[in-house]
Amino acid sequence: MGQRPLAEGVYRVVEGAPRLLGGRRKSDGKIVFPLPQGAQGQAFEATDLASDGVLWSYTVQRFRPKTPYAGRDGEFRPYAVGYVELPGQIIVESHIATDDFNALRIGLPMRLTLIPFREDPDGAQVMIPAFEAAA
Amino acid sequence: MTDVHIVGAGIHPFGRHDDKSGLDQGVFAVQEALADAGLAWTDIQFAFGGSSAAGNADAVLPRMGLTGVQFINVANGCATGGSAILSGYWAIKSGEFDLGLVVGFDKHPRGAFNADPEEWGLPAWYGEAGMMLTTQFFAMKIQRYMGLHGIGAETLGLVAEKAFQNGALTPHAWRREPVGLNTIMNSDMVSDPLTKFMFCAPAEGGAALILASDRKMRELGLKGPKIRGAAVRTRVEGSFEVFSPSLEIARGPSPTEIASKAAYEMTGLGPSDIDVIQIQDTESGAEIMHMAENGFCAHGEQDRLIRDGVTRIGGAMPINTDGGCLACGEPIGASGLRQVYENVQQLRGRAEGRQVEGARLGYSQVYGAPGLSAVAVLEA
Repeated sequence: MGQRPLAEGVYRVVEGAPRLLGGRRKSDGKIVFPLPQGAQGQAFEATDLASDGVLWSYTVQRFRPKTPYAGRDGEFRPYAVGYVELPGQIIVESHIATDDFNALRIGLPMRLTLIPFREDPDGAQVMIPAFEAAA
Repeated sequence: MTDVHIVGAGIHPFGRHDDKSGLDQGVFAVQEALADAGLAWTDIQFAFGGSSAAGNADAVLPRMGLTGVQFINVANGCATGGSAILSGYWAIKSGEFDLGLVVGFDKHPRGAFNADPEEWGLPAWYGEAGMMLTTQFFAMKIQRYMGLHGIGAETLGLVAEKAFQNGALTPHAWRREPVGLNTIMNSDMVSDPLTKFMFCAPAEGGAALILASDRKMRELGLKGPKIRGAAVRTRVEGSFEVFSPSLEIARGPSPTEIASKAAYEMTGLGPSDIDVIQIQDTESGAEIMHMAENGFCAHGEQDRLIRDGVTRIGGAMPINTDGGCLACGEPIGASGLRQVYENVQQLRGRAEGRQVEGARLGYSQVYGAPGLSAVAVLEA
C-alpha cells in the first residue's frame, strides 16, 4: 500500500525524518510557514523547520467540519489540533497525534511525525504531518 | 469640530426567521430607527451598511427609496457593524454631512461558519486537513490564556450562564431562556475547552442607527447619546489571529488592545469611567479575554470578578447586558451595531428589565477576522 501526502510542498523527509517546509525571508531571515508560493515566494527561500518543539496551545475538534474538510468517510473521529513552538524559529499549527486527549498540556515536548489522514480509493494512505509527544 | 449623536435606533430581533430574508430584517431595523427619530428616508444624507452573507447592504435602497443617497458597503468581517459606525461618525465629524444612517444585517445558514482557504490567501490543504475553523482558533486562544493566567473552566460556564440570563431579559435576543451552569458545563464539547453552550451560533438579525451632528440634532428637536469616540485598528506583528498556520514567537498586542487604547486616548476616558460594557463574546473565552484587552481588568482577575458577580447587571462592571453574541447569536453584519444599539437603550434608560441604573457612559468593542477591532464610546 502506497502513501502520498495530502499536499505537496508542506513537508519533506530529511535523513529519514519529516521536517515541515517553511520559508526564510531573504531580506531579514524571518521564518514563515507554509512556504509562500507564486510571486510572494520570490522573497523567500525554502527552509526545513525544526522537528522538535513545545506544545503552545491545543484543542480537540469534536464535530465533522463542513467542506472543504476531506477526512475519511464514515464515523467521524475527533482529532487534536495545536500550535507547537519551534525554539528560535516559529510557532506552527498542526494536527496533534495522541491516544489520549487528556494527556495534552501546554509545555509538552513534541516531535514531528506523519500520520494517515484518510485512505484513497486506490488504497493509498494520504499522509499529513502531526506533532506527537516526544518520547 | 462637531459632535456626533445617535438620534434613532432600530433592531430586528436576532435569531432564526425562516419567513424573512436578511434584507427584510435590515429594512425593518432601518424603518424602526427612522420612526424612533421621527424622520423620513428622504432626510438621510448618507449611509454606510454591511452584510456578510445576506447580499449587499445597499440592497436596502430600492426598498427604502432611490434618492441617490451616498451608500457605501462596509465589509470587515464580524467587525463590520463597528466599522460602519466609525464611517458614519467620521462622515459627520468631517463636517461633510449632518444626518445619516448606519445599518447591518445578516442571515447565516445553520452550523459553524465555514470558509474557503483560497479566499484568505491560504493553501487548499489547510481546509482539507480540517484546520480552517474559527471554533478551533477561539478554543486554542482561550486554552492558552487560561493556562497563562489561571482562568478556571467554570468561569467559561459562568459567562455563558450570565449571557442566557441577560438574554431572557432582552426582547431582541434569540435565546430567551436561562440555561443552568451544570447544563452548560456538561453539554457536548465542541472544541475543547468550549462546550456547545459556550459558543455563539451564526444567526440572523438587523440593526440600524441614525447619526446626527449636534447642530442638526438640535434643529430637529431630537436628542440622543453622543459618540465620544470611535476607533478601528487592525493587527500588528505578533498578534494571534484566526486562520494562522504559523505565529511569530515574539508576541504583540491584539487589535482590540490597540483600538481600545486609541478610543480611551481620543475620549480622555479610562475603563473605570465606563458604566455599561458590550464586548465581543463569540464564545465565553472571548468575553474573558476582552475584559482585559479592553482595560477593564488585569489578566487573571476575571475568575474573581465573574464569580463575584461584578459583571452581572447590578454589578460594578455590567458586561453584555443583552446577552451578547452568546444569547443573540451572530449575524456578522449586525452584531457590532447591536452592541451600540444596546448601549443606546441603556443610556436612554429604555433597557427595561435589564437597565443599568444611572448608566452614563457606554463602551462597545467588536472583533473580526482577519484581525481588527472596532470600539465606540457613548455618552448619555
